[in-house]
Amino acid sequence: MNAVAEREENVEAAEAGGKMRAIADYEGCRSSLSNGKRSCGSQASESDLPSEIWDKIKNHPCYSEEAHHHYARMHVAVAPACNIQCNYCNRKYDCANESRPGVVSEKLTPEQAARKLIAVATSIPQLSVLGIAGPGDALANPKKTFKTFELVAAAAPDIKLCLSTNGLDLPDHVDTISRCKIDHVTITINMIDPEIGARIYPWIFFNHKRYTGIEAAKILTHRQLQGLEMLTDRGILCKINSVMIPGINDQHLVDVNRAVKSRGAFLHNIMPLISAPEHGTAFGLNGQRGPTAQELKALQDACEGQIKMMRHCRQCRADAIGLLGDDRSAEFTTEKIIATDVEYDLKTRKAYHAKVEDEREAKIAARQEELATIAGEMSEIKLLAAVATKGSGLINEHFGHAREFQVYELSTSGVKFVGHRRVDLYCRGGYAEDDRLARIIRAINDCHAVFVAKIGGCPRKNLINAGIEPVDQYAHEFIEKSAIAWFRSYLDKVKSGEIQHVQRGDGAIREGSLISAA
Amino acid sequence: MPFKIISSQCTGCSACEPLCPNVAISEKAGTFFIEAKKCTECLGYFDEPQCVAVCPVENTCVVDTTLPRYQGPA
Repeated sequence: MNAVAEREENVEAAEAGGKMRAIADYEGCRSSLSNGKRSCGSQASESDLPSEIWDKIKNHPCYSEEAHHHYARMHVAVAPACNIQCNYCNRKYDCANESRPGVVSEKLTPEQAARKLIAVATSIPQLSVLGIAGPGDALANPKKTFKTFELVAAAAPDIKLCLSTNGLDLPDHVDTISRCKIDHVTITINMIDPEIGARIYPWIFFNHKRYTGIEAAKILTHRQLQGLEMLTDRGILCKINSVMIPGINDQHLVDVNRAVKSRGAFLHNIMPLISAPEHGTAFGLNGQRGPTAQELKALQDACEGQIKMMRHCRQCRADAIGLLGDDRSAEFTTEKIIATDVEYDLKTRKAYHAKVEDEREAKIAARQEELATIAGEMSEIKLLAAVATKGSGLINEHFGHAREFQVYELSTSGVKFVGHRRVDLYCRGGYAEDDRLARIIRAINDCHAVFVAKIGGCPRKNLINAGIEPVDQYAHEFIEKSAIAWFRSYLDKVKSGEIQHVQRGDGAIREGSLISAA
Repeated sequence: MPFKIISSQCTGCSACEPLCPNVAISEKAGTFFIEAKKCTECLGYFDEPQCVAVCPVENTCVVDTTLPRYQGPA
């Protein structure tokens, strides 16, 4: 019996009384008209979840899609060492325009990290989470990681702590994680089949030895799944990150999804491989492509229902700061942090968070109200719309200023966040305006409309020529409410014969993975 | 022959530093170096030199051929 099959059996037994079962069994997606309660994992709201779980995720931007419009996170790069090598990672790479895990410009000591957190939390009151995600592996640097958490917990008691790991050393640290009150742990699991693992991981460093090939992948998968079980047994929320690598693990991720669900994982985040040759990763150099937007969404859709799917991940750097779509790390260099002395202002932060909660309630009420207006409507039409937003769940960004677009799926059963497309400079620089516009159109090519606060005459014309309707009539209004209202009028126009509904092509995920634009 | 780190290739990730059984590795200006006098090639401690096994950049922790081979404990 191989290691994986053996684990499956152990898990079945361990699972029978597992307390995370209720959470894992929670399924379902999208805001439904029938009861308004079942909603997508990433879109889950208060009424969908047990209250202790809701309390853990309600202001965690990575664990709740709904929260990510309102709350910010910061990563501190205190953990540079890593204990495995992945074919999608090159540890020598850095670039100011780059935004990926593993890439970081400045390493911090735990003391500097705690100081930085206080400075950031004071100037960005939305900040609710501190994460350690590398640039190596949080648990390959246990002393630095846990020292940082200890300092932060003492200085800023309202900040949630989380970490991200490849899982190799996870079983050894579960008790410390639990003791440090780290409520959220992300494990990157790209495979449960060592043969597939051997194509993703050239080597691991374990028990003072370097292992390669299938042997390495066997140890890694065993340790990852064991660590996941240990965490969920202790009631710690686990998110699983998986990198979708077409031709290597794309189909297999459905099995991974099932395996992590059965072990009590809370959320599954399938991310596209980023493999631009200039990053110098093994995959980048051997021409391994990343998935298209359509391929990614199809896989996420196939896994949905098994477990909640995260679709709002920005694959951010190990030193990212701010709302997920708006990295402000450049504002907080170590030099500046050391030079300024700030006091942690818990009172102001609490007042700010109370205001955010009011905004969220207003947004949800508006969505429910608008949903009622299409209750009873039946249509086969399902389409995507892109939104330019700066956060708070509002259409509040100018088309030309948007660094990313959020993508929503609209149908008569509701409105659902299904992803985002980055359109900012991607490590190249020097684009002419025309290039930029063409890139934006390629990125949102699968959308029927783009909602903006404002748009200039020239891009408006180009979008219309490309078959994408620019919509600015809902400027500064709620995204979901506006999207439903627009969708209702779209259906009316189709019904009256004023317009004809046609399918759109595929969209491109970032520059590096751009293989074919429809 | 003790090991040395080719500093132009070192990412400064610090993975090797805590693994060295001889505390021979330390940091200088963002990259790491091995104190040749202290390096025992991990003989008597581990089956393979730890710095080589954990280093994320191939051929960065290498044998320093300009120095005599480590002779083992006297």
